[in-house]
Amino acid sequence: MKEHLFQWIDQRFEIGAFIEFLKKKRVPHGKGWYWYYFGGVALFLFIIQVVTGILLLLYYKASADSAFESIRFIMSQVEFGWLIRSLHTWSANLMLLAIFIHMFSVFFLGAYKKPRELTWVTGFFLLLLAMFFGFSGYLLPWNELSYFATKVGTDIIGVIPVVGKGVMTLLRGSEEVTGATLPRFYGIHVAVLPILFFILLSAHLLFIQIQGMHEPKGWDKLSEEKKIYIPFFPNFILRDLLLWLIVLNILAFLAVFFPWELGEKANLFASAPAGIKPEWYFMFMFETLKFIPAKVWVIDGELLGILAFGIGGLVWLLIPFIDKTEEGTVRSRTVKIGGLFVVAFIVIMTALGYLL
Amino acid sequence: MEIESTHQRRSFLKWLMGLSIFGWLGTVFYPIARFLIPPRIPEANISSIRVGTAKDFLVGTGTIFQFGRKPGILIRLKNDDYKAFDATCTHLSCIVQYRDDLNQIWCACHNGRFDLSGRNVAGPPPRPLEEFDVNMKGDEVWVTKRT
Repeated sequence: MKEHLFQWIDQRFEIGAFIEFLKKKRVPHGKGWYWYYFGGVALFLFIIQVVTGILLLLYYKASADSAFESIRFIMSQVEFGWLIRSLHTWSANLMLLAIFIHMFSVFFLGAYKKPRELTWVTGFFLLLLAMFFGFSGYLLPWNELSYFATKVGTDIIGVIPVVGKGVMTLLRGSEEVTGATLPRFYGIHVAVLPILFFILLSAHLLFIQIQGMHEPKGWDKLSEEKKIYIPFFPNFILRDLLLWLIVLNILAFLAVFFPWELGEKANLFASAPAGIKPEWYFMFMFETLKFIPAKVWVIDGELLGILAFGIGGLVWLLIPFIDKTEEGTVRSRTVKIGGLFVVAFIVIMTALGYLL
Repeated sequence: MEIESTHQRRSFLKWLMGLSIFGWLGTVFYPIARFLIPPRIPEANISSIRVGTAKDFLVGTGTIFQFGRKPGILIRLKNDDYKAFDATCTHLSCIVQYRDDLNQIWCACHNGRFDLSGRNVAGPPPRPLEEFDVNMKGDEVWVTKRT
């Protein structure tokens, strides 16, 4: 029966070749092998985002009059609504964390180098999309914190010379953050970003399938017998699944014991509350803006901050084209030291954001 | 010779036809772009409003009020004087608050501070807050935009 079914499908879609490919596919198992799993973790958390996001759509109402109330309804009236919402928020945060770990591990292992430049580039844009997912989703409960975070975040876009004000108005659906902003962010969050994310993610995964995984430093000098590989199927997949199960448990623990709060409903005519903070992955930028004076020479402080982050982001995107040398060269080492500074800056600024 | 001229004519026509792609793109994307731009909602030009009566405002506190579509802040000082400002922080548009302990106007978002004349005295705000006039009509507190 099983054989018959296989033949039926194979005659029509020639899946035999794909199965052969899976049988031969193998993954290098050298020093630092554990870093190879974080991309998969991010993918798993993204799948959770999609599933819980679709469930939340069934009850959520995207308008200033009913958004907050609909989330309260989900959390208090709908069975397991509190759990679904908490899972959605927690998995968003863990996904960002997994993406950051994945990105920095790729960076420090030098896995972005030829021929994987475009995998790095697509990954970079996936990070930006994930951050935009977080930013747009943050507003949807229409609470005090999310209202001011959106006000500040979109105002920052408005500071960009020439196009800033226009883009800001397009995003807000008005000159200020109002009830008109909510449906726009909702549309972006549930339709525009998922399509873009899906396209980029497909390209990212396709590149990895075509090129195989990056081999650790020094492997090119090893003889074939000394290189240890494990089969992708089933060994690597089973390890992946085991880790996904562990992540699911951590996620469930966090969602149950630290459920995400709803806070106070947004009031467009109330002062920003003391202790207002953005999501942790924006904290280093938020904190940096605090330290830049109002005017630096003739440039407005906030514009200077945004320009600096813009240039920094561009350099980070172009890393594979800046560092084309082999691992271990002076240039490659200099880039790695630069990366250490970036990590230190992000960690210190984020910590200061929570301590000060 | 004739073949060459036909060829030139054909490549010119091809080029001309190719240009029509821009016209096509324009007809597709122009309506979408215009649709995305939010329509302007006319705003009543309010220059003066009644914020409340004196008993609504405790001494040493600030109150946010609605001035047209924007927030304003009314502060009742310890000497029973009133001060009013545009409450939108000049840094990144958060709504400011009055801090009696600092005797300053403070923005929670990036720790910006303004004195009681609206001047930006600390933190990242680049400009002062716009000050409004406060007038008493009997027991009523009125705030007026300066001309």
